[in-house]
Amino acid sequence: MTKKLELVCPAGTPASLKAAVDSGADVVYLGFRDETNARNFPGLNFSRDELHQGLDYAHERNAHVYVAINTFPEAGNPGPWRKAVDDAAKIGVDAVILADIGLADYATQTHPDLRRHLSVQASASNPEAIKFYTEAFGVQRVVLPRVLTLPEIAALNKEIDVETEVFVFGGLCVMAEGRCALSSYATGESPNMSGVCSPASHVRYEDEGDRMVSRLGEFTINAFEPDENAGYPTLCKGRFVTEGDPQYLFEEPTSLNAADMLPELMEAGVTALKIEGRQRGRAYIGQVVAAFRKVVDAAAEGQKVKVDLTAVTEGQQKTSGAYEKTWR
Amino acid sequence: MSTANTPKLAMGPVLFNWKPEVWRDFHFRIADEAPIDTVYVGEVVCSKRSPFYLPHIADVVERLLAADKKVILSTLALIMNKREMDSVREIAADDDLMVEANDVSAVALLKGKPHAIGPFVNVYNEGTLDYLVRNGASRICLPVELSADSIGALSKNSDVELEVQVFGRLPLAVSARCYHARTHNLAKDNCQFVCDKDLDGLDLDTMDGEPFLAVNGIQTMSYTYCNMIGDVDLLKESGVKHFRLSPHTGDMVKVAKAFQGVISGKISAEEADDAIAQEINDMPISNGYLHGKEGVLLEGALAE
Repeated sequence: MTKKLELVCPAGTPASLKAAVDSGADVVYLGFRDETNARNFPGLNFSRDELHQGLDYAHERNAHVYVAINTFPEAGNPGPWRKAVDDAAKIGVDAVILADIGLADYATQTHPDLRRHLSVQASASNPEAIKFYTEAFGVQRVVLPRVLTLPEIAALNKEIDVETEVFVFGGLCVMAEGRCALSSYATGESPNMSGVCSPASHVRYEDEGDRMVSRLGEFTINAFEPDENAGYPTLCKGRFVTEGDPQYLFEEPTSLNAADMLPELMEAGVTALKIEGRQRGRAYIGQVVAAFRKVVDAAAEGQKVKVDLTAVTEGQQKTSGAYEKTWR
Repeated sequence: MSTANTPKLAMGPVLFNWKPEVWRDFHFRIADEAPIDTVYVGEVVCSKRSPFYLPHIADVVERLLAADKKVILSTLALIMNKREMDSVREIAADDDLMVEANDVSAVALLKGKPHAIGPFVNVYNEGTLDYLVRNGASRICLPVELSADSIGALSKNSDVELEVQVFGRLPLAVSARCYHARTHNLAKDNCQFVCDKDLDGLDLDTMDGEPFLAVNGIQTMSYTYCNMIGDVDLLKESGVKHFRLSPHTGDMVKVAKAFQGVISGKISAEEADDAIAQEINDMPISNGYLHGKEGVLLEGALAE
């Protein structure tokens, strides 16, 4: 297989979009500035005008733009989500990334020519689920949940007739995406309903002298010794006690980095690689995209190159995540 | 109040790893003694547990049907390999009993025949609800996060029978990872079924010793017990037709009778709450999601 992997890169701002395109992104994915996408953070994302301009910038440089509309529309209030789909179609984006069945149905009926991808938030982890979305809504690509091992991805690709996209770098959801209400249990806001997880508005750091405590809502998520870096209290990356000592029960504060696994992912039949991090700054985006550009180009020639991404890795720790079975 | 508007009680699938005989006897007792309309039978959380229940399923279903309970076969929430996929295919092919889909794969397999949708399928809005009804869904148990306002918006324009979990620890997340195995420093593939030690889930505390969540294999649940005994009128007004009780080791017959008592107006919510508290050892209760708040909170009549 000599086909080059497509490199799909995040942008939370117009500056990041330019950085991604200039650093060699094949595709930039982004969201509108509201609750219709899963990175609904203050000061992040694109107005309709910014999308227009960003799309022109990308298209002039042979890059594509995908728009993530991947939260679940609120009951009784479908307007903002439908308008997001309508506007994405009108502006002429290259694809929309959807998670909700009802919204996918709307997009299919209303904009049959608009290319539709299935978001990781739909948690389609098996051939029957994927076939459901391809047959019902003509989905042309599925972003696979980060729960699958490499052999499972390879086996899955043999059973389905649709492109697959996998995450290769960035923050790793430990729970099956789109099926986690931990954040709303503690804060009232969740990825599915509000497009946020462990939102900053509910985060507090308290210096207790001998330790720094991070809280989410009313709950202590972590506590750090003076010589430790106090990480952001994303709920599933905290330290908790089940039996005995506190430990990172769900997941260590690590980043996914599968840069070394590209040949295996190509072998497994994957079409596109996705970098997480629409909330990241343009310097980070530029650095990570440039590194992956090199790795992807080398892999297409059957070669491997080493790139050092330690400086931009969360907690300076990396994991290959669920791709290796030992992670489970 | 007409009977048509009277909510019915459903017993959700057992989410914990109970000994097969305990699991069987639990269902027998529900069949014989509980004022329950519908019972969900089958493994939802971990495919590795299913083989242990298999020898008892036929007996359990027969006993429940003989007691005039509706029986719905539940299916797995997270399906990641061929073995799991095949097990769901097999259940979905059942022609005699209704099947509950807890993953979109099962939704696809059940297309065209009446079926139930479980709380692990994301039904957040009328667009999705209508699509699933056209696909054949006749009753839908909603995700735990939904507020009464959202439930009301869903019931307003649809005849599909809506169900909400009103009792028991809330299923908040599923993962490829097994946190029971991780707690015991075991690999998932060699887990020794350590989740069978914690019949109501394994308590998870913060570093400050505050109870927070509960672990049940690959599933993460609330530490608090969801209890909407003070919300029966709100649930009815929101159009909820079925109240789901999620099984725990406390006496579920008594829990069911407490709910039935409030629904029929024979006892007060406070009396019923006291009876339920005895069955859950006075564990903290919550209903925040229904009130549009943090899931952990207790709001409404019982909060004072």
